[in-house]
Amino acid sequence: MSEGNNSDTQWQLWEVFTQEKSGAPHEHAGSVRAADKEMALLNARDVYSRRKEAVNIWVVLAENIVASTPEDVGPFFDPANDKIYRNPNFYKTPEGIKQI
Amino acid sequence: MEIENYQMKESLFEYCLRLGDTSLILGHRLSEWCGHGPILEEDIAMANLSLDLIGQSRMILSYAGETEGKGRTDDDLAYHRDAMQYRNVLLAEQPNGDFALTMTRQFFISVYNFYLYEALKKSKDKNIAAFAEKSLKEVIYHVRHSSDWMLRLGDGTEESHARAQNAVDDLWIFTDDLFQMDHVDELLIKEGIAADLNIIKAKWKAHVEEVLKKAALSFPQINNFMRTGSREGKHTEHLGYILAEMQFLPRAYPDAKW
Repeated sequence: MSEGNNSDTQWQLWEVFTQEKSGAPHEHAGSVRAADKEMALLNARDVYSRRKEAVNIWVVLAENIVASTPEDVGPFFDPANDKIYRNPNFYKTPEGIKQI
Repeated sequence: MEIENYQMKESLFEYCLRLGDTSLILGHRLSEWCGHGPILEEDIAMANLSLDLIGQSRMILSYAGETEGKGRTDDDLAYHRDAMQYRNVLLAEQPNGDFALTMTRQFFISVYNFYLYEALKKSKDKNIAAFAEKSLKEVIYHVRHSSDWMLRLGDGTEESHARAQNAVDDLWIFTDDLFQMDHVDELLIKEGIAADLNIIKAKWKAHVEEVLKKAALSFPQINNFMRTGSREGKHTEHLGYILAEMQFLPRAYPDAKW
């Protein structure tokens, strides 16, 4: 997102996460600009649930999201790749179980 | 017996037009904002409101056409009637003005629709009850959205407050038109089909006054002159222009098919 705009003329940036159906995880849908949390919620509802994509919405101030950086990929995630003994791969899952 | 039935049919038809035309014209006014909204999110929001209202209008105008029994569909009623035959409330046809005026108009009508549909859910006519039940969910959101803006604009900056106050002052003269009742209402209320607008008026006033107070906005206390007449098809000068634009396409290309 271009941050070239003067922050005085733009409302705060909020990230929107929508939940497609009850029990499903919230997924990032995009962002909206709003002056406060109530407006952010209404804006997110208007922009991201037009075609029945959500039963629940979270909005978070973009600045409150703490994210890892691309440089972190190596030290954060690579070490896990060659440790198959950490995965529960060595027993059979009972029949009929859909989600574990 | 036949005269009674005819009167019922006529009155029911009229009643449906009042509901459908208000939603249609208000929806059309909101659609004029498309691409011109102050911010992207509001542009989309107003388009959403517009589509909600047009959808409501289709439902009730279809039923109006069925009731009339002359084979007119919702499209026929929407695109092939003149201003004098339209029954929308005067508020709906007022120009968009600035964002404050649009939101104030939306607030006044949405609160009205909320209490009206809440009452119509119990209508003995099951089509009207179904229409009210379905539309109520959308209207609840309209009330929330527009109330939110009344608070922000009224209790906002000096400029937003001034614009919001001007909007309230300008539109107030059309608010009594919402509650006018005539022989149509009398007959349908007796049959348990229509809602008593005097009751709705009291609820509307209480709700609107509370929000305006919270928004630091004032409204006329004395009984000023109020413009009415929409029930008889007596509209302000704006409806003609709206219909000229809205009805141009189907009237210019009567054989056109989507």
